[in-house]
Amino acid sequence: MNAAYGLAGVLLVVVATVLIGVLGVRISRTTSDFYVASRTVTPLRNASAIGGEYLSAASFLGIAGLILAYGADMLWLPVGWTGGYLVLLVLVSAPLRRSGAYTLPDFAEARLESMAVRRVASVLVVLISWLYLLPQFQSAGLVLRTVTGAPVWTGGVLVAVVVAVNVLVGGMRSVTLVQAFQYWMKLTALTVPLIFLLLAWRYDGAPGLSSDEPPRFGDRTTVAVGTAVTVDVTAPVHVVVDGRVDGRDHRDAPLTLNPGRHHFDEDTSVTFPAGAGVPHVTGSPVTTDHDWALPLDGREHSLYATYSLILATFLGTMGLPHVLVRFYTNPDGRAARRTTVMVLSLLGAFYLFPALYGVLGRLYTPELLMTGRADAVVLTLPGRLIGGVGGDLLGALVTGGAVAAFLSTSSGITVSVAGVLAQDILRGGVRSFRVATLLALVVPLGLAIAARHLAVADVVGLAFAVAASTFCPLLVLGVWWRRLTVPGALAGLVTGGLLAGTAVIVTIAAGPPAGFAGAMLSEPAAWTVPIAFTVMIVVSWCTPGRVPAGVARMMVRLHTPETLDVDRGTWRPKRV
Amino acid sequence: MLVTGPRTRTVRRPRYPVTREIDEQTGLGEAYMRSLVRTQLRLAIRLCLVLAVVVAGLPLLFATVPAVREQEVLGVPLPWVLLGGLIYPWFVGCGWWYVRQAERNEADFAELVDRASAPENDDRSGVGRRPPAPPGKDRA
Repeated sequence: MNAAYGLAGVLLVVVATVLIGVLGVRISRTTSDFYVASRTVTPLRNASAIGGEYLSAASFLGIAGLILAYGADMLWLPVGWTGGYLVLLVLVSAPLRRSGAYTLPDFAEARLESMAVRRVASVLVVLISWLYLLPQFQSAGLVLRTVTGAPVWTGGVLVAVVVAVNVLVGGMRSVTLVQAFQYWMKLTALTVPLIFLLLAWRYDGAPGLSSDEPPRFGDRTTVAVGTAVTVDVTAPVHVVVDGRVDGRDHRDAPLTLNPGRHHFDEDTSVTFPAGAGVPHVTGSPVTTDHDWALPLDGREHSLYATYSLILATFLGTMGLPHVLVRFYTNPDGRAARRTTVMVLSLLGAFYLFPALYGVLGRLYTPELLMTGRADAVVLTLPGRLIGGVGGDLLGALVTGGAVAAFLSTSSGITVSVAGVLAQDILRGGVRSFRVATLLALVVPLGLAIAARHLAVADVVGLAFAVAASTFCPLLVLGVWWRRLTVPGALAGLVTGGLLAGTAVIVTIAAGPPAGFAGAMLSEPAAWTVPIAFTVMIVVSWCTPGRVPAGVARMMVRLHTPETLDVDRGTWRPKRV
Repeated sequence: MLVTGPRTRTVRRPRYPVTREIDEQTGLGEAYMRSLVRTQLRLAIRLCLVLAVVVAGLPLLFATVPAVREQEVLGVPLPWVLLGGLIYPWFVGCGWWYVRQAERNEADFAELVDRASAPENDDRSGVGRRPPAPPGKDRA
């Protein structure tokens, strides 16, 4: 793709984001404006903002990439991310709003009347947020590299800087405006190019995906390897290489790749003849198109992985800190429910589309299976299928959408983490918020640059698993079960956090081992969530004396409609 | 002149408004609260069960019935049509249905509390089951 157009797209979105953010500046002066936009946000704007914040790089790029690589099983990911909102609506939306808490630690303290639980919740919020930010920065690096060839760390740094500026200057209020704009921008950026891509596909004879062979290069294709990768070649193939292969340099020299493992270094370009089979990255499954289109034929242990994914995404949404924070901008419980349904509709509308990119990618950009950067499929398709200026413009549009994706999610997460850090770990107030913002960004940025590259949707899925194993039990049991006790909550949070956290660390740092143990570690929700629930329930049963004293009043607060004039207790969250 | 009909049961109204019973956490207040929470929880569980059956059932269906996996609708495999398309409007429909039911539960509860909290009438004639008139109306 033409670097100039792509860069223009990036810059346009960045500038627009900062401008819109700065416009909100004159209104945010007091601390409360900084935290929760003073509750003067209209429902549609609120719903658009929530949707905009929720649709991260994982939704914009990651889904298409995973579908390209693994097929129909990955359809569960967007289904889960939407369904999670439905579960949130049904189980906790109105009661959470009625609790009056601004953040998850606030709710933990209010419901359980314990600072210990609050502190554990704060730590978990920070960890989950960092885990969610890490892939956003890595994705930004991927985008910038695909578009401009810049080194991978520049993307992350760019996003961090823009987010820091936006959040420091405006706090939550400006972020609301930014998010609302960005949902609609993202939807447009995703669907407009898709229309042209589908037309081009039709024009091409509408080829299907039913062949019984693994993917092949349709034409003579030059693959530019961005980062070092090891691939498996299945049949001997004559290629032309410019770069370093298996430790030896070649300058535009022909080479025969024999079946087996080969290592390509950075900035190597390999030209394959038409009809050659596409080598896959070592470790990723090689499937025929026919099997790719069928569910439960992709990864190993796919039934377990599918169920675990479903559990993580459906139950994890309610435990994501940036989801809950924006929730509290509703005026009352009734409005909270209605806004959530609106969000559900907006998300559902968006998620109809990424899968189509994955399918088209399988047809037209199979070389991404070899570079290990399947996430780039959304960016590369317009240039590939639609030549000329049109393709460049559409590519720029879609790049802009991807940038919008990480900017919006990163902003939302940063605000919620900074809020928690400022309130519970630093002293509270506007200055702490600013220090906390920097802290919230620097750590995941450092991790993103240091860690190996992972599929963005996979890491986000891990964040969901941690949220599902910790905050989901706390919220569900806290809202509906009177007999939840402080030791029970602590035990459940710590257990869920440790189990899921360990699985996450192993998967990210070392890569999961092979076999069923590997599947259990890369998709831990199926066992960590039930264990966390069980621990929370059993320990609560064993410590009946530690039920919080004000639980009856709390139940009134959480469940009675606002129209009734009852005493709802005097608890207020710490900040104004 | 007082005309009394046959002795029928009058509705026993609580001595205090129900909202006060709730505030003071008396047995009656607790009973009202528990019934509200139970109603809402039942609604939530009902929807979650339907969701679970569909969402958990689909992978199982795909795993055990190969014909479903390979079935095509207008050239698109059925799993893609379901998971990539139809399930989203279904989620939204479930959401709207839930909101209506939950709001109705709350309205019912509010009405119940208000009704039971209306000031006592001294009227003890046979029609004790008549819902209490709103305050002020019967004062001719």
